[in-house]
Amino acid sequence: MSDDVLVVGGREFRSRLILGTGKYPSHELMRAAHEAANVDMVTVAVRRVDLTGRSGPSLLDFIDRKRVALLPNTAGCYTTEDALRAARLGREALGTEFVKLEVLGDEKTLLPDVVATLEATRELVREGFKVMVYTSDDPIVAAKLADLGAAAVMPAGSPIGSGLGVLNPVNLRLILEALRVPVILDAGVGTASDVTLAMELGVDGILLNTGVALAKDPVRMARAMAAACCAGHDAFHSGRIIKRLHGSASSPLEGHFAEPPRRGGA
Amino acid sequence: MKLVRLSVNGETREFSGPLSVAELLQQLKAPRDAVAVEVDRQVIPRLQREAHMLQGGEQVEVVTLVGGG
Repeated sequence: MSDDVLVVGGREFRSRLILGTGKYPSHELMRAAHEAANVDMVTVAVRRVDLTGRSGPSLLDFIDRKRVALLPNTAGCYTTEDALRAARLGREALGTEFVKLEVLGDEKTLLPDVVATLEATRELVREGFKVMVYTSDDPIVAAKLADLGAAAVMPAGSPIGSGLGVLNPVNLRLILEALRVPVILDAGVGTASDVTLAMELGVDGILLNTGVALAKDPVRMARAMAAACCAGHDAFHSGRIIKRLHGSASSPLEGHFAEPPRRGGA
Repeated sequence: MKLVRLSVNGETREFSGPLSVAELLQQLKAPRDAVAVEVDRQVIPRLQREAHMLQGGEQVEVVTLVGGG
C-alpha cells in the first residue's frame, strides 16, 4: 500500500480508487466489492424517489457512510441547466459540497459536451461546490477546467462503460504535465492493467464503475482494481528503468565458466 | 378544504391544502433520509420545508440517491 494520501478539495482520501454504485447484481455484492477494494469514496446518482412505495431497501443502507464519502453525480444530464439542478439537489440531499459533474453530449458515445461542462463548472465553483469534473482527454479543455477552479479534473480514458481502457496515453501525459489539481481517470477502465497503466502515467486516482460491477466476480475484480491502483502508483513514484534495445544481464559475467557464442564475421 | 393540484415527479396529483413542502413529503410517505425537493426548478432547503407553502400548479421534484457511476 502507498502511504501517501489523495487530497481533493481539502479532504484526504486513503484510497486512490473511487468506485461507483450502479449496475451491481445486488446491493450486497456492491457492499462486498466496496469492502474488498477498501474505498473511501463512492459515486451515487440523483433520481426521482419512487412514490409507489414498491421500491426495495435503499442503496444507502448498504454504504457505511461514516467511513465512505458519497459523491453525488450529475450523470445523464445533457444540458448545463439540468447538470446544475442535479448538482444542487445532490448537495441538498447529502449535505456535501463535492459533486461529480458530467454533462454528456451524446447518448451513443456518452462523451462529454465540453462547452456545457465548462459553463457548469464555472457556475458550480461560484456556488461553492467542490467540482470533480468528468471531461474528455483534451489537454486544453482540462487546463481550462483547472483554471476555473475544479477540485479535480477527470478525463475519460475511453467512453463510459466501454472497457476500452486508456486510448490516448499521450493526451493523458499532456494533461498531467499541465495541471496542478488532481487528475483522476474516469471512465473506460475494463480490467486491472488499464488501472495500472494510468497510474504509471502519473494520474492521481481512478474512478470506475462498470469494470467492477459487471465483472463475473465483482468482489474479486474490486480487489484486483485496488491492487492495480496501488501497484501503478508505487511504480510511477519508483523511477522506472530506462527502456533499452538490448538485454542487460542480471547475473555477473565475471567468473562464468561458459563463453558467449561467437557470431558474425569478426 | 382547498385542493392543491401539483405535478410531482412528472405526475399530476391532488392534495388537501393548505400544503407545505414538509406536509407534502409526509403525505407522499417519502423517505426522510437523503431526500431533496425542488419546486419549479428551485431547491427548497430542508430548513424551509415547513414554511414553503404550495399554491397549486407547481412542478415538484422529490429526489434521492440511487446507484450510479
